[in-house]
Amino acid sequence: MPPREGTYGLLAEFETPSDLVRAAQKARLDGWRRLDCYTPYPVEEAAEAIGFHKNKVPLVTLIGGLMGLVAMFSLETWISTLAYPLNIAGRPLYSWPAFIIPAYEWTILWAGLSAAFGMLALNGLPSPYHPLFNAPNFRAGALDDKFFLCLEALDPKFELIETRAYLETLAPVSVVEVEY
Amino acid sequence: MATSELKPGSPDYERWIDPATGEFRVLEPGQTFKTVTAKISDIVLTPHTPLGWFALFGVGGAVATLLLTAVTWLFLKGTGIWAVTQPVAWGFAIINFVWWIGIGHAGTLISAILLLFKQGWRNSINRFAEAMTIFAVVCAGMFPLIHVGRPWLGYWLLPYPNSMTVWPQFRSPLLWDVFAVSTYATISVVFWYIGMVPDFGTMRDRAKTPVAQYFYGLISLGWRGSVRHWIRYETASLLLAGLATPLVLSVHTVISFDFAVATLPGWHTTIFPPYFVAGAIYSGFAMVLTLAIPLRKFYHLEALVTERHIDNMGKVMLATGLIVAYGYGMEVFMAWYSASHWEYFMMWNRMFGPMGWSYGVLIFCNIAFPLTTLWVRKLRTNIGFMFLISIIVNTGMWFERFVIVVTSLYRDYLPSSWGTYRATKWDYMTYIGTLGLFTALFMLFVRFLPMIPMNEIKMMLPGAKIKPKEVASGEGH
Repeated sequence: MPPREGTYGLLAEFETPSDLVRAAQKARLDGWRRLDCYTPYPVEEAAEAIGFHKNKVPLVTLIGGLMGLVAMFSLETWISTLAYPLNIAGRPLYSWPAFIIPAYEWTILWAGLSAAFGMLALNGLPSPYHPLFNAPNFRAGALDDKFFLCLEALDPKFELIETRAYLETLAPVSVVEVEY
Repeated sequence: MATSELKPGSPDYERWIDPATGEFRVLEPGQTFKTVTAKISDIVLTPHTPLGWFALFGVGGAVATLLLTAVTWLFLKGTGIWAVTQPVAWGFAIINFVWWIGIGHAGTLISAILLLFKQGWRNSINRFAEAMTIFAVVCAGMFPLIHVGRPWLGYWLLPYPNSMTVWPQFRSPLLWDVFAVSTYATISVVFWYIGMVPDFGTMRDRAKTPVAQYFYGLISLGWRGSVRHWIRYETASLLLAGLATPLVLSVHTVISFDFAVATLPGWHTTIFPPYFVAGAIYSGFAMVLTLAIPLRKFYHLEALVTERHIDNMGKVMLATGLIVAYGYGMEVFMAWYSASHWEYFMMWNRMFGPMGWSYGVLIFCNIAFPLTTLWVRKLRTNIGFMFLISIIVNTGMWFERFVIVVTSLYRDYLPSSWGTYRATKWDYMTYIGTLGLFTALFMLFVRFLPMIPMNEIKMMLPGAKIKPKEVASGEGH
């Protein structure tokens, strides 16, 4: 992405999660779509308030798990029947009950790795730089004890002066401009 | 504050009762987001390392050199320096492997199963229980690797195309172990790391020195606490917990297959999988107590790891201990009920033979002492007593694996091949060395990583409750 200049958005700080959720609900009702909340721990009500529902992590996990299962079971079958057939105490070459165990482990392995790395990828992480880190009060509180609502400049409704006035009506502790 | 000493009417009593549930609080009242962050991250970010830390790390490191020495000698001379020979071809290596893996299982139980059951009290202890899991798996995984004789060829266990055109044999429980344990190690590390990412963000923002800022900034992956991220993060955590739960049960099941699939009396039994899993959790909780009790004292974490935690862990130990006791009872019963001469002789010999003393130690440490005393609430909340019992149960569970391995093997079908087992000094050095390695790794963990998950503790604080009235009004102040 080319470096951007100008304003990323306006950041309003709140003392309690309830204040944040109330403000986020109001902003969403008033037609804001490019907005996000920042909290020190998961606040599900805030995600609800900004209308975040699309969560693809379970799908990614399912696909990863199925791929692990199919990959390992086919590998075992191919090795034991075609690549390297061995007579082990007269058991059939295709001893599927024994094959289930490694296949089961690989289902969990690839589902787990997909859940973890899929979550990071969907979140766009790692991203060591983010404009929000430029806000003077963000790093002091975002992952400690403060709650933030950010209205982003990409929203068509965004207008620096008016949006700041609008945010002030939501009774925040402070409103600061975030630059790229 | 000892909850056991609180009586109705005493000034502290009201403070400790949660008005919503009528139960004792899990955390000491009066904590805020700020105090939690400060308390936990300052342990790591302080420039002043306590002297006691150096002492413990030094002791751990010194003991770990025993392992280094023993393994070096082993690589030079081969497994002949151990006491493994016929008829006891599996000695300390497998005993220690199963013991360490079992200890690890409580960490997964706490982080995964108790998360699924919404047991909020686990939040205080899950991080270091997971760390314990990983370090225990490190110690465990070493034993089969060094036991293969030529560990530099350990990768032959994996299915990969090679110039020998040889492939692994998928009908062997020992190969199942490779997949079970490697999956377990990987998923445990991933679960642990993902759980720490938001806390690394907090550390990055609080760190004062450039080195710490850079280090935590790097490993926090740029976490900024967006609620969209948090929702995906929560989903991924729940899914990982849901995956780790069947995983932890399968790992010790597969390990019990190493024994149960053999036709040896004392091993060939269907009760092994559940009884191995219960035993693993039993010893794992004991190890969590062994670690948590000194830690909360040393770092003054009594407000976050309260007596309620110790009490609850005592209850889990009681429950899993009873399953283990049932397993022992059933083994004896089946030896008699099977009407098999071999089974009957094995059990008689296990109890009263030349190594009968080890069975006695096992029964005392795992059944007679803990399962009679853990019923008493006063004892469960007595910190000194719980520390003692955790050591006793860990000893007992080590002897359980000793009894299973040695007393089943040293008197086999043919009296002419009967022998005995006497561990050599290299066996002891390797085992004691892993205890040192475990201690050293754990001390590094408490110094450099947040040992209690800050974001999960914050979720449990009263300040985290969304007040529906304020939200619904929409008008605010």
